[in-house]
Amino acid sequence: MIKTLYKIFKVGTITESLTPEQNDNFEYVGDCCKKIIDGKFNGSLSIRQIDAGSCNGCELEIHALNNSFYNIERFGIHFVASPRHADLLMVTGPVSRNMESALITTYNATPNPKIVLAIGDCGACGGVFGCSYACAGAISNVIPVDGIINGCPPTPMNLLQGILKLLQDK
Amino acid sequence: MTDNNKIHIQFLKLLNAETGFGVDYSLPKLNVISILNLPSKFWQTATSISAKLAYRFVGIWAQDLNETIELNIMLELQGVFLLLRTSIDIYTPEIASVTPYFPAANRLERHTHDMFGVIFTNHPDERRWTRHMAWHKDQFPLRKNFIFNLNSVNTTLPDNVYPFTKVHGEGVYEIPVGPVHAGIIEPGHFRFSVAGENIIHLEERLGYLHKGVEKLAEGCDIKQLIKISGRVSGDSTVAYTWATCNALENASNLKISDRALHIRAIMCERERIANHIGDFASICNDVAYTFGYYQLMRLKELWLRLNKQIFGHRLMMDCIQPGGVCVDLSTQHCQDMQEQITKFRCELAELYPIFETNYGFNNRLQTTGVLSYEQALSLGVLGYVGRASGCKFDLRHDACYPPYSTLQPINIPVFQTGDVLARLRVRAQEILVSFDLIEQLINTLPTGCILEQWINHKKIIEGIGLIEGWRGEILVFVRVNDNGLIERYFPRDPSWFSWPALEMLIHDNIVPDFPVCNKSINGSYSAVDL
Repeated sequence: MIKTLYKIFKVGTITESLTPEQNDNFEYVGDCCKKIIDGKFNGSLSIRQIDAGSCNGCELEIHALNNSFYNIERFGIHFVASPRHADLLMVTGPVSRNMESALITTYNATPNPKIVLAIGDCGACGGVFGCSYACAGAISNVIPVDGIINGCPPTPMNLLQGILKLLQDK
Repeated sequence: MTDNNKIHIQFLKLLNAETGFGVDYSLPKLNVISILNLPSKFWQTATSISAKLAYRFVGIWAQDLNETIELNIMLELQGVFLLLRTSIDIYTPEIASVTPYFPAANRLERHTHDMFGVIFTNHPDERRWTRHMAWHKDQFPLRKNFIFNLNSVNTTLPDNVYPFTKVHGEGVYEIPVGPVHAGIIEPGHFRFSVAGENIIHLEERLGYLHKGVEKLAEGCDIKQLIKISGRVSGDSTVAYTWATCNALENASNLKISDRALHIRAIMCERERIANHIGDFASICNDVAYTFGYYQLMRLKELWLRLNKQIFGHRLMMDCIQPGGVCVDLSTQHCQDMQEQITKFRCELAELYPIFETNYGFNNRLQTTGVLSYEQALSLGVLGYVGRASGCKFDLRHDACYPPYSTLQPINIPVFQTGDVLARLRVRAQEILVSFDLIEQLINTLPTGCILEQWINHKKIIEGIGLIEGWRGEILVFVRVNDNGLIERYFPRDPSWFSWPALEMLIHDNIVPDFPVCNKSINGSYSAVDL
C-alpha cells in the first residue's frame, strides 16, 4: 500500500494547467464548456457514446478524454451507460446498415431535448466508406445531427473544442 | 525442390497415396509461399490429411473469377506456409466444408457463404454470419455482378430473427446484451444463458460493423487501398497498412529499403506497446482497480503524444506507403524515443511490483476465464491469447521477416494457465520485449531512402502479406489487375479465432466477470465484420 501511495504522491497532479487564453489550451476550452454546462445543464452534461460503424479509432480518442491529462469530468462532462441518462449522443460512423436500426432505437430511447454530435470524418460524411450496400454513410443520413467534429480520428483536443462549439451554438 | 517444399513432402506423399492425384513435389510459388492447385473433389481429403499432420489453419477466402469461384486455404506447419487452391463453378458453387477438420474455419466459411454464395456441404452451422438484413439471401456482395452502390432509401431492419441456440433447463434464463454496449466500445451482440450466476452458454452475434471493406476495395487504386487498409481496425492501423503494403510489394517484387523496414517495425512496436498498455489499464478498470487504470492511461497518453510529435499522428495512421514509409526519423526523434523508453522502463519497474502484490487485483484475474491449451490449439488462437495458453506462435519468431530477421532472436513470453492473469502477464512482458526491439531498431537504423517508387505492372499480380500485429498474425491477400486497380482484397484478423475462444473460456464464469474476460481477449469487431 505504501508503494501505491508513494507512486500517487510522486506522479502528483498532471492535469494540464491554465495558461493564457488560447483556443488550443485544453483547460481554457474546458472552462468555457463548464460555464455553459453550469448555466444550461445544471452543472452536468451526460454523454452516451454510440459506435454506429467506426473502425475503433474514434473510440480510442474518446476514451482518452477520461485520462488524467484531460480529465474531462472536471468540466461536468461525463459518459453514461444508458441513452436514457444522456443529454448528448456522441455518434461515430459511418452508419453501417447493420447498425442503422440500433442507432435509431438508441436515439429514440434518449429523452428530449437531446443533442447529437457526429464524430470523425466517417460520422461527418461517410469518410473513406461512403454510401453503399453496407453503409448508410453520414450520421445525418439516419438521425438528426446538431454538430460535427471532423478528424480521422479527432484528437481529444478536437473533441473538446467540438463540444464547446456545439454548446455555444445551441 | 526448394527447402520450403521439403516440409510439405509428407503431406504431398499422403495426398498422392490417398487420391492417386500425382502431385509434383516441386510446387509453384506465390511470392515465397508454395501453392497446391487441387481439383475440388480432393479438397476434403487434402484438408483432412493436413489436419492429421497438425498443420495450423491460417485462413480461407474466395475470389470471383467470372465463370469460376476460386477458393484458397492457407495452412502453416513449423513456420512454413502452404496455399491450397481450387476452383468451383459459379453456377453450382458447392464444396466440402473444412470446419469438421479445422474448427477455426467455421465463421470464415460462413462469411464466405454470405459474401460469395459458396455452399459448404457438411458445415456444422448453416446459419448466416456477416449477413444481417442489409441484403437478400440470394444476393452475394463479393460476386462481380453485385452493385456496390446499392443505395436503399429504406431503413435496414434489425436482425430480430437470427436463430440463437436455446438453452433449456430449470432456472436457465437469457441475458441479451448489445449491439449498443454500456461503455465506449464497438457494437456486437452477446446472448448469455445463465443459471444462477454462472454463464452456461454464450453465443456471439457479430457483423454489426460490416462496412463492405472487401467490396469497397474492388476497383480502387493502390493509394485508396492503403487508406482503406488503415481503417480496417483503427487500433491496428500500422499493422494493417504494413501487411497490405507487404502483400503489394510481394506481388510486384518491389524491394524496399532497410531504413523503411526499420521505421515500419518501430511504428508497429510502438502500436503494440500503446495497445498493450491501454488494455492493461482497461483490465484494471474492469476489476475496479483505479490506481492501475489511471497510472497506465497516463503512460499511454504520453506514448501517443510522442507518436504525434514524431509521426504527425497519435495512432500513426497513413504513415506507411507501398514502397516504404512517408515519415523519416531524425537523430533527435531517435533520441526522444530512446529517452522515453528509459523513462517508461523505470515507471513500469515501479508499477509492476505494485500490481503483482495487490491481492484483490490478482484474485479477480487468477483462474478467471481459463482457455486450455487444447482449446487454444483447436481454434488456432493467435497472439497473446494463444501465448497465455501455451501456443507460442509468433511470426516475428517462427516465420521471421525483415527487419526482425536482422535483429537478435526475439524472446516470446509464454504462459500455460490460460486465465485472464496469464493473458495480462504475456502483455506486460511483451511491452518490455518491444522496448528492447525498438532500441535495437534505433541502434541499427540504416541510412538510405525511405520510399521507392511504386510501378504499375500492366499485368495481373497477386500477393500475400503476413505481419505480426499486436493481436497476432495478420494475413492480407491482394490481387491487382492489369490496370493497377484492386481486384480482390482480403484481410484476416487474428480476432476471427479469438472470438470463438471467448465463447469457450467464459463457460462457468460469473456474469460480472464477462467484461474483464472480454477485455483480456479484446477481439476486434471492426476487423472481423469487415
